Amino acid sequence: MTESPKAESPKELTAALADTGYLADEGLATAAWLAYRLRRPLFLEGDAGVGKTSLAEAVATVLGAHLTRLQCYEGLDASQALYDWDFPRQLLHVRAIEAAASVSGEQVDADELEASLYDRKFLIARPLLQAIERAPSVLLVDEVDRADDEFEAFLLEVLSESAISVPELGRIEAAHPPVVVLTSNRTREVHDALKRRCLYHWVEHPSYEREVAILRARLPDVTERLAEQVAQATRRLRELELVKPPGVAEAIDWAGALHALGARELHPDLAAVTLGAVLKYREDGDRVKEYSLGALIGVPE
Amino acid sequence: MRDATEVLLGFARLLRHAGVDASPERVQTFLEATDEVDVTVPQEVYWAGRLTLCGEPDDLPTYDRAFAAYFGEDPPEHAGRTRPSTPRTTYLLQADGEQAEGEETGSEQVTTASSTEVLRHRDVTQLSAAERAELRRLLTLVWPIAPTRVSRRLRRAHRGQVDVARTVRRMLRTGGEVAVLAHRTQGRKPRRLVLLVDVSGSMRPYADALLRFAHAAVRRRPASTEVFTVGTRLTRVSHELQLRDPDQALAASAEAIPDWSGGTRLGEALKAFLDRWGQRGTARQAIVVVFSDGWERGDATLLGEQMGRLSRLARRVIWVNPHKGRVGFAPLTAGMVAALPHVDEFVAGHSLAALEELVEAIRQR
Repeated sequence: MTESPKAESPKELTAALADTGYLADEGLATAAWLAYRLRRPLFLEGDAGVGKTSLAEAVATVLGAHLTRLQCYEGLDASQALYDWDFPRQLLHVRAIEAAASVSGEQVDADELEASLYDRKFLIARPLLQAIERAPSVLLVDEVDRADDEFEAFLLEVLSESAISVPELGRIEAAHPPVVVLTSNRTREVHDALKRRCLYHWVEHPSYEREVAILRARLPDVTERLAEQVAQATRRLRELELVKPPGVAEAIDWAGALHALGARELHPDLAAVTLGAVLKYREDGDRVKEYSLGALIGVPE
Repeated sequence: MRDATEVLLGFARLLRHAGVDASPERVQTFLEATDEVDVTVPQEVYWAGRLTLCGEPDDLPTYDRAFAAYFGEDPPEHAGRTRPSTPRTTYLLQADGEQAEGEETGSEQVTTASSTEVLRHRDVTQLSAAERAELRRLLTLVWPIAPTRVSRRLRRAHRGQVDVARTVRRMLRTGGEVAVLAHRTQGRKPRRLVLLVDVSGSMRPYADALLRFAHAAVRRRPASTEVFTVGTRLTRVSHELQLRDPDQALAASAEAIPDWSGGTRLGEALKAFLDRWGQRGTARQAIVVVFSDGWERGDATLLGEQMGRLSRLARRVIWVNPHKGRVGFAPLTAGMVAALPHVDEFVAGHSLAALEELVEAIRQR
């Protein structure tokens, strides 16, 4: 990849990410920067909604690179992740040549015909191949823990070589290896061999100051007071041992919902009607109501 | 003044001794990373090391301690919700009054059919040493496997939807003549099986037999079986139980379990399981087996709540209570009363015969 003028050090990358609206802390910025410099895949783990996926998007924006996303699921296989041959088109191609030959009366050379079938134009690029063919690119392999072991095996091959071998075509190599970000929610232990190839980072919930800054950056129209209150309340919610602690994404949704209602600051009645933006389980809602909304947002009810 | 590389390698060595898997490959990456950062700034060295040498959340507290000890610098401030590392205690799994090794006698063979039949129905806590050895041998023969489920992946079949790609490939071989249609249909995969074994004081006499049962399950389906022990805390032992030899596997898990014979905080351990594993996917649509007598210290409300959560995630919940096999048993402990409404099947697991019934219960669709 061409040396990007925006990322000469972790600090510069932090600033460049901030320009795209992604406020990374020191650890995460260093992780992204090393992944870019060392050409190592970055393996991110952490609670849902801490910004693992959006980091890949922000890095792509900073590098001016194309973002290719591969969402993993159980049963994902090579033809859905790497490439596939477009058989119907190949067949039409054969028929067309035959038809043309019968009109002109020419002999069709079988070997030549077969060779013409396995041309790049009949190959459908799936996300991994797309990421390798497009340079510069950022490849996001989302929720890798949801895929199965077989998938990890060929992912490993692609990551270590930055190339894909197609038996009928040969090797397709990346002009510049893509920056790779893998995310995992730890529903399954990912194989050691895969983790060893990667830089590992556990993504924390942001600090209070950072969260306020994120809210302000994402929602410029929200009052500072509202952003502070939402960040404060979200922090308290994370301490309540909920089924699903709210992430940054939920905090942004919540502040956005309050802002849409014309709120300039948070009070218990408003919190009660907008809790659905932050809490996604009935039990969590009940627990918070037991705890008292006033205490949650730090104002007497 | 030592050479910088030597200093960094020394640090990696210290980490390895502390139990972090800092493999040569990782150390190599660490050295590459330190070339990219400013090594005179402790923070940058901290991150370069943490990102390259650690591989999971449990490594992070160890890394922080090692960094502070080696470089004499505090780790940079980061909101550390790092989990406390669990103290490891070693126990050998054996019932009272039994030698661990070398006591295996060939003279007391209990192999006649009738005695095996008697043994099958005897409570596992009422056995002599020889009978116990025989039971262990028999326990390696049980086949606790979960039923299969439809998988997303399609496989070749003789009927089902037409597999266009394969049909066309056949046609290409014959120059485009319409050949035999190829079909594909959905395959089947084993459903995930999750075993939660209570190893607290009241369940201690049964722990050995139950963990051997769990070992048999893991050996049959290593990829789709998860085993956790619950007592005062939650411990995942799936990995330890993958060892082929049951005795080695049990010794390894015994070493991993920090809370033998403590009190039970079943509700809390179950909540920890659901928060860290179950909710994220491990319990989803799985067959979940809880081995416990439901002896909950304190309030059982939490246990009831968490069992409700579990039953909403899992395909089926089977509760195994060894006391159920006793004459005159009634599920009266507060924990059992709270849990039973959320349980699909309630079985005993006090003898080999009862465990065989459990195998059947697990196998049902």
